[in-house]
Amino acid sequence: MNKEQAEQQYLEDLTKSDYKYGFTTNIEQEFAPKGLDEDTIRFISAKKNEPEFMLEYRLKAFRHWLTLKEPEWAKLSYPPIDYQDIHYYAAPKKKEGPKSLDEVDPEILDTYAKLGIPLNEQKKLQGIAVDAVMDSVSVATTFKDTLAKHGIIFMPISEALQEHPELVKQYLGSVVPYTDNYFAALNSAVFSDGSFVYIPKGVRSPMELSTYFRINASATGQFERTLIIADEGSYVSYLEGCTAPMRDENQLHAAVVELVAMERAEIKYSTVQNWYPGDKEGKGGIYNFVTKRGLCAGYKSKISWTQVETGSSITWKYPSCILKGEESIGEFYSVAMTNNRQIADTGSKMIHIGKNSKSRIVSKGISAGKSENSYRGLVKVNKKASGARNFSQCDSLLIGDKCGAHTFPYLEIENKSAVVEHEATTSKISEDIIFYLNQRGINTEDAVALIVNGYAKEVLNKLPMEFAVEAQKLLAISLEGSVG
Amino acid sequence: MSLLKIENLKANIDGKEILHGLNLEVKPGEIHAIMGPNGSGKSTLASVLAGKEEFEVTEGKVTFDGKDLFEMAPEDRAREGMFLAFQYPVEIPGVSNANFMKTAVNEVRKHRGQDALDAMDFLQLMKEKAAYVELDSQFLTRSVNQGFSGGEKKRNEIFQMAMLEPKLAIMDETDSGLDIDALRVVASGVNKLKNENNSFVVITHYQRLLDYIVPDYVHVLYKGRIVKSGTKELALELEEKGYDWIKELVD
Repeated sequence: MNKEQAEQQYLEDLTKSDYKYGFTTNIEQEFAPKGLDEDTIRFISAKKNEPEFMLEYRLKAFRHWLTLKEPEWAKLSYPPIDYQDIHYYAAPKKKEGPKSLDEVDPEILDTYAKLGIPLNEQKKLQGIAVDAVMDSVSVATTFKDTLAKHGIIFMPISEALQEHPELVKQYLGSVVPYTDNYFAALNSAVFSDGSFVYIPKGVRSPMELSTYFRINASATGQFERTLIIADEGSYVSYLEGCTAPMRDENQLHAAVVELVAMERAEIKYSTVQNWYPGDKEGKGGIYNFVTKRGLCAGYKSKISWTQVETGSSITWKYPSCILKGEESIGEFYSVAMTNNRQIADTGSKMIHIGKNSKSRIVSKGISAGKSENSYRGLVKVNKKASGARNFSQCDSLLIGDKCGAHTFPYLEIENKSAVVEHEATTSKISEDIIFYLNQRGINTEDAVALIVNGYAKEVLNKLPMEFAVEAQKLLAISLEGSVG
Repeated sequence: MSLLKIENLKANIDGKEILHGLNLEVKPGEIHAIMGPNGSGKSTLASVLAGKEEFEVTEGKVTFDGKDLFEMAPEDRAREGMFLAFQYPVEIPGVSNANFMKTAVNEVRKHRGQDALDAMDFLQLMKEKAAYVELDSQFLTRSVNQGFSGGEKKRNEIFQMAMLEPKLAIMDETDSGLDIDALRVVASGVNKLKNENNSFVVITHYQRLLDYIVPDYVHVLYKGRIVKSGTKELALELEEKGYDWIKELVD
């Protein structure tokens, strides 16, 4: 399917309404008992047969977490979370035998097929290697062998702890320490799986790497941990996608993603976030409290975050870059869309430490229904970061008159040679524009999709092509019923 | 058979009646000019026909190509071949002219049971029609009407008309704000599109447009009714004498 056809297809798909990933897979699962104490953590660590240092780290994180309070500064409101009423570990029951793709429960393969993610390597998903994580464990990773030939390590982090403990030990928590914030501490204590990527010196990953996260079990939190290390002169493009069943309860998702880019290395990290957003009245949906941060450690290193956020009942995330290397580059491109009763507080932090480091923030908020959408961003230029440059652009698009859009840019500039620019716009899809498009034969929903995709184009263009089309569809579907 | 038949049309905005029982019949291949003093209801007529929501139709009947117009949503009227060239075309940031027109043309084609145009054919068609109104092809990638001059916006309206090939085009003061050169370009675009099957309703204040787009009939709209109809000579008479004699005649 070429881009034109794909675009045409998405317009036709518009008629399909509602959250289409809301089904549940019936598989036997094993759970840790509800609740959180040191025994829960020992249980998880033992399940994973982890090295001693990992258990130590988890326990330290847990003890620190106990001293913290849930943050309240974001423009979010939700009932208190009972952290003792959550399962911290849920896993599809494993059958005996060697772990290969053929051994994966057909129900699970079927689930990912329904999500449009074939785990069968014969059906190659446009040459993309996939790690599929369901609830607390990784259920399959494709193309591991192909990647291994290039020296690339792409595996569940639980496996990396067995096979490459020294690498995990060296980098885990190096960008997001467990002391960083409440949810990072919680994640460090209880994370169960996620992806681990290491790209060796001078290697360009021959394919896109991606992880699909799926919450399946009820009353269960998902705490995944992703760690990507790009060694000198290497390049990797990584994409994560996420979906969850429709449930009346709110479920907690508290992930941590850490990226490290060495000298002249580049990491492109894309997210299409489509957790269940709750129903029209705001019942159910995922609480998405995520800490994502990249360290541009070396000279001329580059980290680029692209996110399309349409899901979750509440989103709290600020993918950030620490620009430590001289002439390093950090980028953040975001489309965050909220509809019905969704609330999003999202943005980025760019911390300039290296000389002549550059950053760019392009944030496009779209609010519809009775939702609230906030951009919150920090640009910090350290004393030593002479010649640092930042450009930020924060646009808000309002659909209807019951939603809200807010922008909270923070600037902390300690070096006089820094050049920091900030632009912001707010616009509304007016009745006049809709009527104009109607008068040319375009119905209202297609008209809104056209406007929204035009508005979000700059960000969507940053995604790998097949995901850009997917993201366009997602935006259109998420807007269903928001107009007229 | 008439293409458009308006019978005793009454319409309100905010509870105030603007059209007080208007009658008009347009046959295929005809050009009708509608003139009249400010506030007589010319733009209201255009908006009601296109289906703008704020206007409430309280009485009367409009048949378009044999179908009840008021049974159709605005986009269906457009797909059936009704086109309104807006007096004040809106700007649509982020949406390119090419993408906009591709969506619109393919909607109309789908309605007619035709296949969607592929990218190459579409581009070819756009270039050809853009030349009608002397728009340079660079404008295709620009956002709809954004940063366009008044004249460019009006030329873009005629360009869209050329792309969509409507049966009936309603031009709502397309000449307002145009200098003489732009007026000539717009009018010549319209004349190229005109044939024995399509019709035009040209709403204007001024005679000068009618030197270029020559009407078969001229109607005077005053206080929400058509009070006088004639041929193109009527437009010249209005130009010369103004509207006072018409007002006296009616009042």
